[in-house]
Formats: sequence, C-alpha cells, structure tokens
Amino acid sequence: MCALLATLAAGLAFPAAARAGEPTGEATPKVDLVLDVSGSMRARDIDGGTRMAAAKQAFNEVLDATPEEVQLGIRTLGANYPGDDRKTGCKDTAQLYPVSTLDRTEAKTAVATLSPTGWTPIGPALLKAADDLGTDAGSKRIVLISDGEDTCAPLDPCEVARGIAAKGIGLTIDTLGLVPNTKLRKQLSCIAEATGGTYTSVEHTDELTDKVNQLVDRAADPVVTPVATEGAGQCTDAPALKSGLYTDREEFGQQRWYKVDVEPGQELRASVSVAADRSVQPDYGVLLRAVTVHGREIVRGEAAGNGRTDVLSTGLRYPKAEGDDEDAPAETVCLQVTNSFSAASGVKTTPGLPVELTVDVVDGPSQADDVASFGLGRGWWLLGVVVLAGFLAGLVWGWVSRWRVAVWRTN
Amino acid sequence: MRITRVLGATALLFALAVPPAVADSAPSPSASGDDAAPTTAGTSFRTAAEVEQGQQATASASTGDYLYWSFPADAGQRPTVRATVKLPDAHAAQSWQIDVYDGLRRRQACQYGAQTRTAAQGAASVDLSCTLRTVRSWSEPWANDPLPGTYYVRLTALNVATADLGQPISASVRVGSKDVGGSAAVDGSLAEPLVPGIAVTSKSGEDDGDAAKSAVLAGLEPEDGWASGWWSDRWVWTAVGGVLAALAGVGGYALTRGSGRPGRVPPGA
Repeated sequence: MCALLATLAAGLAFPAAARAGEPTGEATPKVDLVLDVSGSMRARDIDGGTRMAAAKQAFNEVLDATPEEVQLGIRTLGANYPGDDRKTGCKDTAQLYPVSTLDRTEAKTAVATLSPTGWTPIGPALLKAADDLGTDAGSKRIVLISDGEDTCAPLDPCEVARGIAAKGIGLTIDTLGLVPNTKLRKQLSCIAEATGGTYTSVEHTDELTDKVNQLVDRAADPVVTPVATEGAGQCTDAPALKSGLYTDREEFGQQRWYKVDVEPGQELRASVSVAADRSVQPDYGVLLRAVTVHGREIVRGEAAGNGRTDVLSTGLRYPKAEGDDEDAPAETVCLQVTNSFSAASGVKTTPGLPVELTVDVVDGPSQADDVASFGLGRGWWLLGVVVLAGFLAGLVWGWVSRWRVAVWRTN
Repeated sequence: MRITRVLGATALLFALAVPPAVADSAPSPSASGDDAAPTTAGTSFRTAAEVEQGQQATASASTGDYLYWSFPADAGQRPTVRATVKLPDAHAAQSWQIDVYDGLRRRQACQYGAQTRTAAQGAASVDLSCTLRTVRSWSEPWANDPLPGTYYVRLTALNVATADLGQPISASVRVGSKDVGGSAAVDGSLAEPLVPGIAVTSKSGEDDGDAAKSAVLAGLEPEDGWASGWWSDRWVWTAVGGVLAALAGVGGYALTRGSGRPGRVPPGA
C-alpha cells in the first residue's frame, strides 16, 4: 500500500515534461493571408462583381469566423505601385495587418481600403509572409489568393516556397486561384505541392469564403509539431533519437542515418515518409533499414511506387527479446533511410526532400509460441478427430476391462 | 436398446456441436453512427482526420488534394474502406484511388474491391472500396501482415488534367469491418497496438483535461478497447471437442458392455 502511494505521489509530482514530438502548450497557430491586389483584380467575372469585391467580401466573412486562438495577418502584393517599372513593381508587397490576435474592426477597415493596382510579385510576397509568421514552434499557414501568375521572373515562386518550407518547420502554403488559366493552375499547384498544401480554383465568392474559412480552421486544429533533426552520413555520427516525431531533409540519392537505443524487452517502431515536394520521375522508392552497429541488417521496410504521389512511406518494428542477463545494456540500433526518387528534368535538387520520421520505443516485446492461438484448434475436422479418438479410447477401455473380468472369472 | 443409446449419443453430439457454429456466425458489433463524424480530412499522415468504424466521414476538397483519414482496427477484424467522390459538373476522365496504410505507414494490400477507378468524362461520382486482409493479433517483425492499431486511408486523384486541378469535389469515407473470429486467431499479441506516437502518449498517462487538448498523432481506440489477444472462439471449439470426446468415449465403452447381463451366461448361474 505504501509503495502504491509512493508511486502515485511520484506520478503526480513529476508531470509529463515536454517530449520530442509533443506540441508546446504556448505555440499559437498563425495564418497569413496573402492577397493579390494587382491590376487584373479589377476584372468583373466573379458573380457579376469584380474579383476584388469578391475577395473583400470573403475576407470580411472570414475575419468574422476566425477562431479566437488563431493569430491572423494580412499581406498584400501589388497594392501600392501603379507604375511600369518592373523592378519597383516586383518589390511591391506590404503588410496590411500584422500577424497578431485579431481585432476584427481594424482588420476589416484595412481590407476596405484596398484597390487593385500593380504587379504580381508572388515570390517576394511569400518570402515576406514567411518572415511575418516568425520562427516559433506553432503551426504556420500562408494562404495565397491570386488571379494571375507571377510577373516577376526569374524568381520562381515554386522554388521560393520550397526554400521557405525547408527553413521552417510546420509551414504550409495553400493557394487559391481566382478564375485561373492553365499557367496559373500549374504555378499555384506547384507552390502548394512544395509545402504539402492544397490548391483550389475558385469561381464564386461563397467558394472563396468557405475555402479560406476551412484553411483557417485547419490551422487552428492542434497538430503534433515535428522536431528538426539532421541525420548523418554514417551510423557512428548519427543523432540519437528518442520516441517522437522528427523531420529532416534528404537529397536525391543521399543516405541518412539515425540511432535509437533499445533496451532488452522493448520494441522499436519506426516509420519514415519521404515527400515528393517537386516534380519527380514517375518511379520511386524508399528504404528504411534497421542495422546493428556492426552492420548486420535486422529488419527492413521498403516501399516503391509510381505515378502521382505526395509522399512515400514505409516502416519497421524490431522487438528485442528479453535476455537472460538482467543488466544487459541497451542495444544501439542504426536506422538508415534511403530514397530512390529522381528529379524530373530541370528541377532543382536542393534543398533535399522533406523526411518525416516517427520513432516509438514501447515496453514489452510481443510474445508468441505457436501458430494457432495457444495451440487451440477449431473446425469440424478437429471435432471429428477428437470424437473418433474418444470413441476408440472408450472401445479399447471397454474391451480391456471385459478381458480383465474374463481373466479374473477363469481364475 | 443398444441402438437407441447410440442414436441418443449421436443426437447429443450434434446438439453440442451446434454452439460453436452459431458463435462463429455472430455479426460483428460495428460502431453505431455517431454525430461526431469528421467533416474535414487531413492532408498528411500527421494531420489525418480520425474516424471511428461505422462513421461516415465527409470532406469538401479540391481535385488534386491528398486526403487522409485514420481509423482503429483490432485483431480478428477484416476492415473494408468505402469511399465516394462527388465530382464537379465538367471534367476530363480522371482516376481516383484509395490507399490504406497501417500504423507503421506501410502500405497494406487490398484483397478485393475497386481500389482504383477511372471516372469517365463528366461522370458525377466515383465509388471506391478496399477490403484489407484480416487483422492478426501478432505477426513476425519481418512480415507486413495487418496488425491491431491505427490505419490510414489516403484518397487521391491520379493523372489529373491540368484544367481539372483545384476543382471542388466532395468525398465521403466509411469504414466497416467483418468479424472473422477464431479462424484468424494466432498465438501471441503485441505489447501495444500499432498506434503511432503511443510511446509518447502512454507515458503521459491518463491525465487531466489539459492533456486532452494536446495534439496526438492518433488517439482513437476501438469501441471496447484493444483486445488483449487471448480470447478466440477456438476455446469454445476445443472445449466442445473435449466434451464430445468424453461422450464418445463413454459411448464406445458402453458398446463393449452390451445391455444388462451378458447373453451367454446361463440364467441359473
């Protein structure tokens, strides 16, 4: 009883500390809405009104519906410089409302002042928006609403998006295209793909409102934030991981090694997902191996696929048997992650592909002795055999006892 | 007299043999439809929307999105995932596919069902289904048999024409399962079900309301908790087999004794 109380007390006295992969309580979800205010937004083709009017109406409704816990900001692109100088026009992005706890009236007033003006510098606007969101651990989302493709080449917004995603953790860019054409579709879906976001084409005001609301709500959903780690080129230099969710980058054809300590009687579970955040050749694979420090392979997980995909993943588990020795040391298991993705022609190979790694070390390996459940049987054959054996045993028993009686009588 | 006894024993044998068959065909206790079914889908393994078996999960999304749901499946169940995608009014021919992954994010094969289907140009909707193998309570680490734990469903369009990207669609997913029973029972069980992040969540214990809000990779359990892995209808079969064997033994013994006094003993003896 005392021991039990002591255990309980200890459990209460040391509340679970923040572990790898657990979200920290304070991190608030942040959303930055990036709105295209370029000249083309004047076109009257959304429900009879201008694109700008539709965007304003949608923004008003979204601002009303934004959950309390979300910090929301608004950034414009092409809102201020009406001139023809490309260089100046391509720097034209401004923070309309800072990313902070929302003051609805203030934000709405700011939105009301907008009028369609200039260029479409998507790339620079995304870079600035990423800065707006800061670098803390919470989930971060950029919602880009545009009606025209980037007019500020050679800065490819797709690569900008990949760069942003590689820098920060948990940043997603969702894109919405107003009355899109093929080129805009390609560009916006490329931006979304680069960060694991979604692309939606919008033709009506209510669609725009619904989608932006959905995205803001999605940002408010609590999500486990992965911890950044950096795998090494070989096991000896590899970072030691504990149970949790990790993220890393792996270039094409690169190997990444990680280490996990597994005590006897524990089971290691690891799964890895390699995301295709750019266009890749249509055949690809991922291999995850658990290897001893001496280089012997224990178990592997492999996955291959072809066609369109966002991510390719595999996993493995390794139950380490309980040894005879009570004080046996923990075994260091090396995890090797390789991928056989290859970049489509003309696609940059840096930064590497996003890797997500989950590691779970659970207590108690699985026990099993027999193919069947405790050696039990089932089915009509079993019953038949058992009944036949019982019947024969009964017969033999009967005959034997008769014979014994007969022998006893004759004597 | 002897004949009646044998017939009686046989009748008893059949009467006893029936219960296991009945127990075997008992319908699976599928979860009743709940009003808490998710109305959005996740966009990655990490953000997958959790859905109970028997619930109808819905989501509005765009063509080209990757939609994720997760559901718990326990030993002895054979889950079937059904998805319906309502397509926009005008679109080119496009293929849709559901993939199912286990708690280790390993792709699980579909035994049958239309996992991939091509919607003809302008088709209003497309139905997909995937029946997994029976979930076993244990398998070797080198096998990728389905094990108790979380399962992920990914719904996506393959080969989308650029003009169709981003078009609004609505998807609904429902997971049901058939209770396969003891025919799939194996010895052994996992110490913990294959739920991602379980090493982190189980350590923090059943805690206060504070932790209830914190995010987990997967939190749902089957309705009556994870099976411990020791029960299967094989116990019934084997026990009934034992009883029948005993009865058959008695019957066999009785056959050798005949009825009453042996016939060839003279009455005066």
